Amino acid sequence: MYDFTPFIESITSYLNENLSPFWAGLISMVLLGVGILLFYAVLGLYLVYAERKICARMQNRMGPNRVGPGGIFQTIADLIKLLLKELIYIRNADSLLFNIAPFIVIVASIMAIGAIPFAKGLQAVDLNIGVLYILAISSMGVIGILIAGWASNSKYSVIGAMRSGAQVISYELSVGLALLGIITFAGSMQFSEIIASQEDGWWIFKGHIPAMIAFVIFLIAGTAETNRGPFDLAEAESELTAGFHTEYSGIKFAFFFLAEYMNMFIIAAVATTLWLGGWLPFHLFRWGAFNTVMDFIPPVFWFFGKAAFVIYLMMWFKWTFPRLRIDQLLALEWKYLLPINLMNLILIAFLTLMKWHF
Amino acid sequence: MEATLLDFDLRDKEEYIINMGPQHPSTHGVLRFEVCLQGEQIKYLRPHCGYIHRGIEKMSEALTYPQLIHLTDRMDYLSAHINNEAVALCVENAMGVEVSDRVKYIRTILAELSRIASHQLWWCAFGMDLGALTTFFYGLRDREHILDIFEETTGSRLTQSFITPGGLMADVHPNFQKRIKEFITYFRKKLPEYDQLLTGNIIFRERTHGIGVMSKEVAIDYGVTGPSGRGSGFTCDIRKIAPYSAYPFVKFNEITLSEGDTYSRYVVRIKEMWESLNILEQLVDNIPQGPTMLELKAVKAPKGEYYQRVETARGELGVYIVSDGGPSPARIHYRTPNFSNLFVINKLAKGHKIADLVAISGSLDLVIPDIDR
Amino acid sequence: MQTEELITLITSLAPDQKPGISKQYPEFILPAEKLHEVAKTLKENPQTKMDYLFSLTASDRKDGLNVIYHLTSTEYPHTVVFRVILADKENPMVATVSDLWSGAEYLEREVFDLFGIKFENHPDLRRLFLDDEWVGYPLRKDYKDSFIFER
Repeated sequence: MYDFTPFIESITSYLNENLSPFWAGLISMVLLGVGILLFYAVLGLYLVYAERKICARMQNRMGPNRVGPGGIFQTIADLIKLLLKELIYIRNADSLLFNIAPFIVIVASIMAIGAIPFAKGLQAVDLNIGVLYILAISSMGVIGILIAGWASNSKYSVIGAMRSGAQVISYELSVGLALLGIITFAGSMQFSEIIASQEDGWWIFKGHIPAMIAFVIFLIAGTAETNRGPFDLAEAESELTAGFHTEYSGIKFAFFFLAEYMNMFIIAAVATTLWLGGWLPFHLFRWGAFNTVMDFIPPVFWFFGKAAFVIYLMMWFKWTFPRLRIDQLLALEWKYLLPINLMNLILIAFLTLMKWHF
Repeated sequence: MEATLLDFDLRDKEEYIINMGPQHPSTHGVLRFEVCLQGEQIKYLRPHCGYIHRGIEKMSEALTYPQLIHLTDRMDYLSAHINNEAVALCVENAMGVEVSDRVKYIRTILAELSRIASHQLWWCAFGMDLGALTTFFYGLRDREHILDIFEETTGSRLTQSFITPGGLMADVHPNFQKRIKEFITYFRKKLPEYDQLLTGNIIFRERTHGIGVMSKEVAIDYGVTGPSGRGSGFTCDIRKIAPYSAYPFVKFNEITLSEGDTYSRYVVRIKEMWESLNILEQLVDNIPQGPTMLELKAVKAPKGEYYQRVETARGELGVYIVSDGGPSPARIHYRTPNFSNLFVINKLAKGHKIADLVAISGSLDLVIPDIDR
Repeated sequence: MQTEELITLITSLAPDQKPGISKQYPEFILPAEKLHEVAKTLKENPQTKMDYLFSLTASDRKDGLNVIYHLTSTEYPHTVVFRVILADKENPMVATVSDLWSGAEYLEREVFDLFGIKFENHPDLRRLFLDDEWVGYPLRKDYKDSFIFER
């Protein structure tokens, strides 16, 4: 009912009819880029606002409430402030790497957005290896963090960066293995096909307990990948002041900050697509009327609603848990999550082979 | 000679030095730790203090006793009432006068209230040190009630200067008893929330169990007192050893644990809050009538030397007065709890990770102005 | 141990001790060279067991710089105060007790910083609060600098 494919196709065909193939391709790419950038900025600011409101609720506070109704323009005001702030240059820092690092971080997260299916047809590129692409791109961000830590010429930054490196290398495994479980179920790495395979039920319900285990592991590992609490060791405020971005100021700091929130959104989006049926509405078995009503809600709302739920989960444990120590963090991954994950994967393969999933 | 950044020996050993502080989120004040690290492991650690040294002892030599009370607030600002009380008791002992029971009761109530307030703030900050940011707001929410009681009676919230040699600056506010009773019932309900939020958390337990173990011998050797010492089984509660003010009239337990790690220091403080509530409950209804200030012609300690020990929220505070018989002391020395508690940290943190250093220094509950004076 | 027994014990260790002025605790004025020996005995003697040094400080008096040690035991309820009077203000010296009580290391550093009393065999005798370049010892009565004003 809410299919974006004809809309997108009409734009493409209009461009192709009126312009040469080169210009048509260029203009569609520019449109796409501008769209994604706008989306990125708006969603990033909205996520910062949401986090501030949610954590305020958890801490008996009001949160931002002065700029605009309910403080909704607070983060925009903050962004303007950050844009106007002085960029501090560190005398003994490696200036090229120091300046390039925030861009690597933010570009990695922008690129990952391109493969996420927001609704039917509303996807920049439907790659046949979409899951692999997101895995590959999102782990590029850590290179930016490592560069930032190294180039700042500050010991706090280096410790933070090294922690982040160790953390991402370890948790990448769990993220990958957890995703592999659903790929095994769905038999494809293409997002559109994974969603299509969930028409009759989401994988978190269809895949029995192994899928739920994989979901929980993915949430834990995903939180660790985005350097968020309780895994925020890279910027552990009480130990390393601000970790890898200690020396950054102004808009470069804002890049790191925005990228963190967008990475959280990407993790939530991937979790939504693979486990919670992406933009598919919630259906109950044999409840025809209920299902029809659910179908009326546009898929974009479904997608963002589910993603918001996952994001809320991640915020919830950030604001209630203390931080882990680096050795505990690595022990959690290598001693617990990885063996469980491997066993789980074997179980999933077995279930798929026997066709025991619904 | 102190090792510097250009120390090439360190570079060969793959060690490096980090200066934590004087401005650092988790040193709770202007304290600097010179930390030598190998990877994340602490090889040695040297505390450097003096960034907020104000020479209170020197200044006090030029002030009269009622005047120098106001400086003691600025040492351990979280137990200001207890600091005032220590000097007042010392001067009263020197003069050989005894205050009325009403003053004793009110002093003890104020002291216990500030002990709770101090432990609350410590709990907030300890959670923050471990990365649990929400604790801060829970603790401050409850501390506000105590500060309101202080404000109503003494007119200020942090540096009250209410207890003075000879009694109290003024009588308490008419609402004093009612509000304390309200607070006791309120806080009895809220204190279990502290356990729910932090104590039972698996990450918190992992972060604190077996970290920074201090044996009883080490605690005595370094003179680590207060909840930090009692977490190691060192029975050092001055309220029990040498009772003063209204402590002889109340029943309470001295809480000691034998493990001596960060977690047991944490548990001691949580239990002390319960114990302080019990003390308050015993006292608040029984405040006797009587004058709140002795009729003293002049506050002058006779020639001699006097020592007074009291128990602040952080340990044993000693006031040592040398008097020549004048209105101001010839020498006044404060044996402050944090001074002795700080320097054991090298022994506790060695071999642990840098994140544990934060947990250990948080569990020792340092107030830097009390070290520097 | 009762006060009389303490007096006998300390007199047997340091025959030239004098009783101090304090009425609160039993106080002994010891010669500087005897201090370490007496302190060590009192700490290690199973009947006294003075294992807790709760205060170490100094004061500038007419008869010289006094170093005052407050000792108590965690097992027995007795407390004792030692006083060492150093008449030589130019180069006051007394043996360290930081080998007996680790906490004394920093208390002695503080006394060195503010009074200029040198502790022999101290492992790390540096200024604690003030800059290393600071001139003078502020808690002495004859200390003068531009921040102090007379009323």
